[in-house]
Amino acid sequence: MSITLNVNAQNHDVDADPNAPLLWVIRDDLGLTGTKYGCGIAQCGACTVHVDGEPVRSCSAPVSAMAGRKVTTIEGVSSRAAKAVQKAWVDLDVVQCGYCQSGQIMSATALLEKVPKPTDEDIDRAMAGNICRCATYQRIRAAIHAASAELTA
Amino acid sequence: MPTAKRACAASLLVAASLLSFRVAAVDLRPPSSFDAIADRAERSRSIFAEAGKVIQSPRCLNCHPVGDRPTQGRDMHPHNPPVFRGADDRGAVGMRCTTCHQSANFDASGVPGNPSWHLAPALMAWQHETLGEICAQIKDSRRNGGRTLAQIQEHMAHDVLVGWGWHPGGMREPAPGTQESFGELIAAWIATGAECPV
Repeated sequence: MSITLNVNAQNHDVDADPNAPLLWVIRDDLGLTGTKYGCGIAQCGACTVHVDGEPVRSCSAPVSAMAGRKVTTIEGVSSRAAKAVQKAWVDLDVVQCGYCQSGQIMSATALLEKVPKPTDEDIDRAMAGNICRCATYQRIRAAIHAASAELTA
Repeated sequence: MPTAKRACAASLLVAASLLSFRVAAVDLRPPSSFDAIADRAERSRSIFAEAGKVIQSPRCLNCHPVGDRPTQGRDMHPHNPPVFRGADDRGAVGMRCTTCHQSANFDASGVPGNPSWHLAPALMAWQHETLGEICAQIKDSRRNGGRTLAQIQEHMAHDVLVGWGWHPGGMREPAPGTQESFGELIAAWIATGAECPV
């Protein structure tokens, strides 16, 4: 089935099974490998992308449901909130092994775009589905606060 | 044992174990089966008790939680990942229901879906309530979304998310009966006075 996908503000015509997870089309057909496969069952958050500005687990979204919608991956996220998050991630040296971090950054960005000054509770609830096996959770929360401070300064 | 035979035996074991988790669908008695109950109020209560097999099934209760977190599974364990209802019953900011649940069940990941996936409002909490307490809530317009009894019947019989309960996908046990037979029971309960179990 031919599907036109809008990914990172560019249209791509892909020939894919309509029930293929968006994740594999992004990675295998479009070569955008920044989005990671973690669990395949929406339990870890490593595959998080934005669809029409909302975070979505790409392992659990059929590619056929993406027609006419705007998909943003870690390669294309570039809003003011995204840049603040990326800077805070570097400044606070958040990353340890790094595998989950593209998903973490996509979720953190989605939160800050809706709630520029989140509380700890806002952060914990928004990030609850993003697992980090290196347990960098304290640094993630601190970096989101740091990004928030830059956004709201 | 040769490799091929070991693989075959292993497959059969896996299949058998999966089947053992799937519980056979339960039927609902039709409203006519209560005709022998002469007392109208008693008949109404009995019909509602039959409908209660659906209302109190985990498939329905999981999204009618007490508090802000749904449960999942036949054992109604806390939803994982830990999610919260948020201001509109559709998730917290940044962790919406639609972050994981799309508009249809998705076999590739096993994640269920529906176009209207959301929690019932907190006022409609059914978990830990008796069937009589649930019945009283369903009839109370201050706690049922301002619905009339006719609108309650319409909701039970035709709402698409209610209907998901009979088509949950994967190895999930569906709600008893069908949405149509459930709707007929609710209609018969209303027609007999919408009496609540004590």
